[in-house]
Amino acid sequence: MKGFWRSGDPFVWLTGAALAFALLMVFGLVGLVLVHGLGFFWPRDVARVTLVGGGAVVGEIVEREPIPGPLSPGAPRPFRVKVKQGNRDVVGADFVWIDESRIASVDRPAGLVVVERREWGNAYGTIRDVREGARVVAAGEEAALAALAGRLPAALALAREIRRIERDEVGRINYEQERIRLRLRRLELRGMREGPQVEALRAELAGLQSRYDARVRELDALKARQTGTLTLVIADGRTMAIPLAQIVRVSRPNAVGLAGRAGLYAARVWEFVAGDPREANTEGGVFPAIFGTVMMVMLMSLAVTPFGVLAAFYLREYAHQGPLVSTVRIAVNNLAGVPSIVFGVFGLGFFVYFVGGAIDRAFFPEALPTPTFGTGGILWASLTLALLTVPVVIVATEEGLAAIPRSLREGSLALGATRLETTIRVVLPAVLPSILTGLILAMARAAGEVAPLMLTGVVKLAPALPVDGFPPYVHLERKFMHLGFHIYDVGFQSPNVDAARPMVFATTLLLLGIVLVLNLVAIALRNRLRRKYAASAV
Amino acid sequence: MLVNVQVGAPSSGQGRPTTASPPSVVEAHQLSMWYGRTQALFGVTMAVPRHRITALIGPSGCGKSTLLRCINRLNDLIDGVKVAGRLRLADIDVYHPATDVVDLRRRVGMVFQKSNPFPKSVYENVAYGPRILGVTRRAELDAIVERSLRAAALWDEVRDRLHDSALGLSGGQQQRLCIARAIAVEPEVLLMDEPCSALDPVATAKIEDLMTGLKERYTIVIVTHNMQQAARVSDFTGFMWLGELVEFGLTRDLFTTPRDRRTEDYITGRFG
Repeated sequence: MKGFWRSGDPFVWLTGAALAFALLMVFGLVGLVLVHGLGFFWPRDVARVTLVGGGAVVGEIVEREPIPGPLSPGAPRPFRVKVKQGNRDVVGADFVWIDESRIASVDRPAGLVVVERREWGNAYGTIRDVREGARVVAAGEEAALAALAGRLPAALALAREIRRIERDEVGRINYEQERIRLRLRRLELRGMREGPQVEALRAELAGLQSRYDARVRELDALKARQTGTLTLVIADGRTMAIPLAQIVRVSRPNAVGLAGRAGLYAARVWEFVAGDPREANTEGGVFPAIFGTVMMVMLMSLAVTPFGVLAAFYLREYAHQGPLVSTVRIAVNNLAGVPSIVFGVFGLGFFVYFVGGAIDRAFFPEALPTPTFGTGGILWASLTLALLTVPVVIVATEEGLAAIPRSLREGSLALGATRLETTIRVVLPAVLPSILTGLILAMARAAGEVAPLMLTGVVKLAPALPVDGFPPYVHLERKFMHLGFHIYDVGFQSPNVDAARPMVFATTLLLLGIVLVLNLVAIALRNRLRRKYAASAV
Repeated sequence: MLVNVQVGAPSSGQGRPTTASPPSVVEAHQLSMWYGRTQALFGVTMAVPRHRITALIGPSGCGKSTLLRCINRLNDLIDGVKVAGRLRLADIDVYHPATDVVDLRRRVGMVFQKSNPFPKSVYENVAYGPRILGVTRRAELDAIVERSLRAAALWDEVRDRLHDSALGLSGGQQQRLCIARAIAVEPEVLLMDEPCSALDPVATAKIEDLMTGLKERYTIVIVTHNMQQAARVSDFTGFMWLGELVEFGLTRDLFTTPRDRRTEDYITGRFG
C-alpha cells in the first residue's frame, strides 16, 4: 500500500482528473452555447394547441417544464409548456405558458404560416388573402402565397429604395447642412455675423433645404405606393392586416421538408450576421456589433503593439538592470491584474474628459456644447483597452528578448553594426513571434472585455458605423456597438427577455467565433514568422 | 577549395621567424582589466604578428577569451568593465575615449565558440556586414558573398541553397559560414574564440585547413582549449594563467622548450 502511494500513480491520476474536469467544463460551456446559438435559427414546427373548453393557441412550443409547487399525493407531477404565439401587437405578449391539463389536443396543420416582420416580432396564423389597398388581389392560401412570391421582392426593393434615400441622400444633405451650420457658427465665434461669406453660406443652406424638401416629397410618393397588405387569420379567429413593406419572410415550416428548412436556416443565419438589429436588438442581425468589435480590436492592436514593444525594448535592452527596473517590471505585471472597470474609469476621466475635452476646445469649438471627441467613442475605447492590455505585450516581448541568445547580438556587433542596427536587423526579426504571441493574448482579452467599454463609448444601438461614405470616412469619435455589450444588453436590459434569450446564445457564439478567427489569423502569422526566423526559442 | 595543410610549421620560407620579424598588428602593453571588482587580466604585454596565427592557450577562466574580446571591445557590453594599460590595433588606440568602436569592430572580425548564424538565409548572413557598411548594389553584394564563401571553403556546398535558411546547415558548415561572414568585410584581424570546441574532428580539420589558408590575408588570433590544435595550426602561442600572460613565443619553442615552469606543467598535462 505504501509502495502504491510512493509510486506516484495517485498523483498522476489526480493531475489527469484535474485536467479532465477543466476540459469538461470548457466543453460543456462551448457545447451549451453551440446548441442554443445554432439551434435558434432552425425553423421549428408551428403547433395549434386546442384548449379544453374551446379556444386555441398557435405558435412554436419552445419549452416544457414541471409546474413548481407542492404535489398532491399520488398524482403525477403536472407539466406546462411555453408557446411562442407572436402577434404581439394584437394579443399583447409573445409568449404564453399553458398547463398541459388544459390542452385538449395538439396538431400541426400544413397551412400555418410564420410571418417574420420588421416590427412587432413574428406573426402566426393562416393566410386569408393579399390586398392592394382595399382590393383583394388573391384570396385563399395558395393563390395568396403565389401573389406574395411576386409582390414581396418588389415590396422589399421599394423598402430598400426608401431606406437608401433616407439614409444616403437625406443623410448626405443633413451632413452638409450640419457642416455649413458649423462653419456659420465658427464665423460667428470670430465675430462675423454679416458679410459676403455668411451670405454665401446661407444661400447654400437654402439650396440644401430645397433639395431636402424635394427628397421628402419623393419619399412620400414612394411610401404612398406601399399599399399591399397580407391578411392573416390568427388563432382566436381575428384577422390581422400586415403591410407587405413590414414583411421580412413568410414561411410554412410544417409544409417544407428538410431541404427547405435548411434554406430557411441559412437565410436566417445570414440575416443575423449581416443584418441590422430590429426591435430593441431582440431580432434581426448584429452586423454593427461585429463591425464595432473587430474595428475596436484592430485599433487597439495598432495602439498597443508599438507602445508595448518599445517599452519592452527599453526595459530589456537599454535600461540598467537594477532594483528600479525590477520594480517597474513588477508594477507592469501587476497592472495586468487591475480590474478592468478601473481602466474604464481612467479612460473616461483621462481620454474622454481631459484629452477629448481639450481636442474639442482646440479644434471643434463651433460644435460646443455638443461634444465631438469629448464623449465616449471608438478611439477612446480602443486606447483604454490598449492600456489594459499593454502589460501582456510588454511581458511577452520581454520574454522573447530574453530568449534571444547573446551570441546573436554579439555576432552582429562584432561585424561593426551599431546597437540600433543590431536591434533592427537581428533582434527585432527574431523577437517578432514573441510580439505576436503577446498581441494574440492582448486581442483575446480585449475582444471579451465589456466593462471599460461601457464607460468609454459603447452603446446599445449606434445610428451609424464608424466607417462610412462621408469624409473623413473613418469616424473615430463615433460611438459603436460591441458584441460583448450586446450580450449584456440583450440578455439583461431587454424589455422582451423571452424573445431575446436565444439572441444571447447566438451572439455569444459569434463573439467566440470572432475571437477564434482573430487568434487563428495571428497564430498563422506567427507560425509563418517562426519558420522564417527559426532561431528564437519562444 | 582546400588549402595545403602545414602542420605546426610557420609558413614563410625565410626560415625561422623571430618575434620581431613580421610587424605586429595588435600590441598590448600592461593591459589589465576588471569585471566590477574582480580583476581578470594582469598587465598583459604581447605583440601579435601580421599574417600569422597566434594561439592563446590556458585553463578555463584564465582570461584568454577576455583578452580576445578586449581587442574588439566586445567586453564593453558588460556592465562595470574597467581597463588599464594600452592596447593598439594597427594605428588605433583601442581604449582611447575618442576611438570609434563601430569602426574598430569593422576592422576586427570575430568567430565565436558556438556558431551563431543569424536566422536569415545563407546569402543574407554573408551580406550582413557589407550591407551595414552601405553596400547596396546587388552585383557587388553577389561578388562579395561568393568570394567570402569561397574563401571559407563553403561555396561548393551551399551554392545551390544560398537563399535557404542558414540554420539548416550542419554545425561545421555553420561555423564556416560565420567565418565567411566575418571576412566579408575584409577585417585586418580575425579573432576566433574556440571555434572548433563544438565540432566533430572532421569539421575541426576543415576549419584548421581553412585557417592556414586564411592567414595569407588575415592576422588570426585563436583561443583554444585544445593544445594539439594550437600546436598544429599556430605560428605563435601565448600561455595564460590566472589572468597573466605567462609566456609568449613561437609555437615550436613554447611547446618544445617552455621557459616557465607553469607552461611546462600545463602542456605536459600535469594540471589544467
